[in-house]
Amino acid sequence: MNDHYPALLIISPLLFSYLTSAAAWIRKGLCYPLAVVGSGLSAWFSVWLFANVLQKGTIEYRLGGWEAPWGIGYRVDTLNGLVLTVVSVLAFINLVSTRRSVAAEFPEKEGAFYTLYLLFIVGLVGMTVTGDLFNLYVLLEVASLTSYALIALGGGRAPLASLNYLFMGTIGGCFYLLGVGYLYIMTGSLNMADVASLLPAIHTSSAVWVAFTFCMVGVGLKMAFFPLHVWLPNAYTYAPSAVSSLIAPLMTKVMVYVMIRLMISVFSLDFIFGYLKVADPMVWLSVLAIIMGALLALAQKNLKRMFCYIIVSEIGYMVGGAWLGNAAGMTGAILHILNDALMTITLFLAAGNIYYKINGLEFHQLRGLFHRMPLTMACFVTAALSIIGVPPTCGFFSKWYLITGALQAGQYGFLAALLFSSLVNVILFFRVIEISYYGDMQHAHGHGSPSEPRTEAPATMLTPLLIVSTGLVIIGMYTGTIVTTLIDPIIPAALAR
Amino acid sequence: MTDLIPVIVAKYNYWLYIVLMMIGLYAMIAKNNLIKKLVGMNIFQTSIILFYVSMGCKTGGATIPIIQHGLGVGHHAIDPAHYVNPLPHVLMLTAIVVSVSTFGVAVALAIKIYQRHKTLEEDEILAQSRER
Repeated sequence: MNDHYPALLIISPLLFSYLTSAAAWIRKGLCYPLAVVGSGLSAWFSVWLFANVLQKGTIEYRLGGWEAPWGIGYRVDTLNGLVLTVVSVLAFINLVSTRRSVAAEFPEKEGAFYTLYLLFIVGLVGMTVTGDLFNLYVLLEVASLTSYALIALGGGRAPLASLNYLFMGTIGGCFYLLGVGYLYIMTGSLNMADVASLLPAIHTSSAVWVAFTFCMVGVGLKMAFFPLHVWLPNAYTYAPSAVSSLIAPLMTKVMVYVMIRLMISVFSLDFIFGYLKVADPMVWLSVLAIIMGALLALAQKNLKRMFCYIIVSEIGYMVGGAWLGNAAGMTGAILHILNDALMTITLFLAAGNIYYKINGLEFHQLRGLFHRMPLTMACFVTAALSIIGVPPTCGFFSKWYLITGALQAGQYGFLAALLFSSLVNVILFFRVIEISYYGDMQHAHGHGSPSEPRTEAPATMLTPLLIVSTGLVIIGMYTGTIVTTLIDPIIPAALAR
Repeated sequence: MTDLIPVIVAKYNYWLYIVLMMIGLYAMIAKNNLIKKLVGMNIFQTSIILFYVSMGCKTGGATIPIIQHGLGVGHHAIDPAHYVNPLPHVLMLTAIVVSVSTFGVAVALAIKIYQRHKTLEEDEILAQSRER
């Protein structure tokens, strides 16, 4: 049984999604417990796998017992063990947390929502665990298709935003598929490890170069890397709050993982940094992503929309870090996948709680929130401090590694962009904090009314938020241990220390 | 120009898929109607399916990979050159499923947009949401 955990990781949410969809016909009340069981099982399997990988080393799994280059192989090492745990545990926390807001926002579609939710987990977890290039494409499309449908559950312009995301996402997926096609023509294999062993002999071929470009453009589109980010803000803003707190932290992070996986395990660092001379342009593109993301965030008047542009800028951090070409940068990028997923989910869960209570996220509606929802706002401030990069929180440490990497690589533009975006984040968050803390005073002064009563979000929504925001500080304090035990073994020896 | 023609003729299948892909991409970028964009998207996906299918092809009398005699009892050893590569075709069965489901989701979204905005022209929808 234990041998089959890599497959069960994917099969359990998949089976439970069918059960949920069937249960929706019988009794609506069954859907939520089934979704919790499906998602919980997947979270348990991934934590178990991660613990086992840490003890015994990489786990290889052959689907149907077929040997690796012919059959589909699943492979769990420390890197995807980490991402797996983050993805499935955060998806579980979000599922528990957003039950009330789902019931409030679209009560008649609960069955469909929980089915899609589980399928989305299948896609993300599958993309992380797979060791096969084509399997990755299929699971990528599973995750994307469900996210289009989930986003379209929102009101107003959500369907249009979702359709635009679908157009862009399909182009991204197809480009990735084309890249895989070129790799297949050149090597005759789809297994990542097998392709990696066949590629060094033909590094100079222009077809490999084209394959690499197509894969990177495709993955870049899906993760909203700066010039390709236009679909993201609308899609994530108009999505219902339960959906945006699921998709925003996880989808883009998993795509960054896929990029790092392709760089390290398929194309090899010799090819990327030795043969292709594209590291500099990529770092400069991420500089542009960081700066433009920060500037566009400044222009927003809606809390969720502001978070969306912060994501665009955070993607710049991770891509830039991975392309710096040294160990510190790569460590920063991988650590930031973990940290940014936690920070973003805290922000979006806080936004979800606020939306649940005051039914809007425009800045002028946020007045007096500190008095009405003190705990939610305390978590919001923790996440804000982490995004800015204040020491006890985890955001500081990944930024520290990225800055060290930038200095070692001599990329002073990247260093300046990191500092610039930290400063802009200070302005962004303190503006929100000012409105929500002091806004009430002027309001009360004008009307002479006593301060408004406390209307904190229900405990089921508040507890998960408190857990993730405590996680921000705890991970920050244990950064040293995380880096030495989890991330250092993954960093390829080819990278300069 | 005269040098280019043999290059195109020798690898005409790849050029065909590039042309189809560009037609699809053009429709997705330039068309205003959402359904026309969808059609463009489908052409785009089909071009990639054709690209994969054409790379499994072998010239010189290769047939479908069904071995007619029992393994080890036939007249000759099995030579890969006699059979086309079936793997790209199998992969494309999955890709066709993906493209059909993408199209299904997209059409469902288009219906929802039409119900909400009473039009499928992108500029009219954007004008509507600006007025509000």
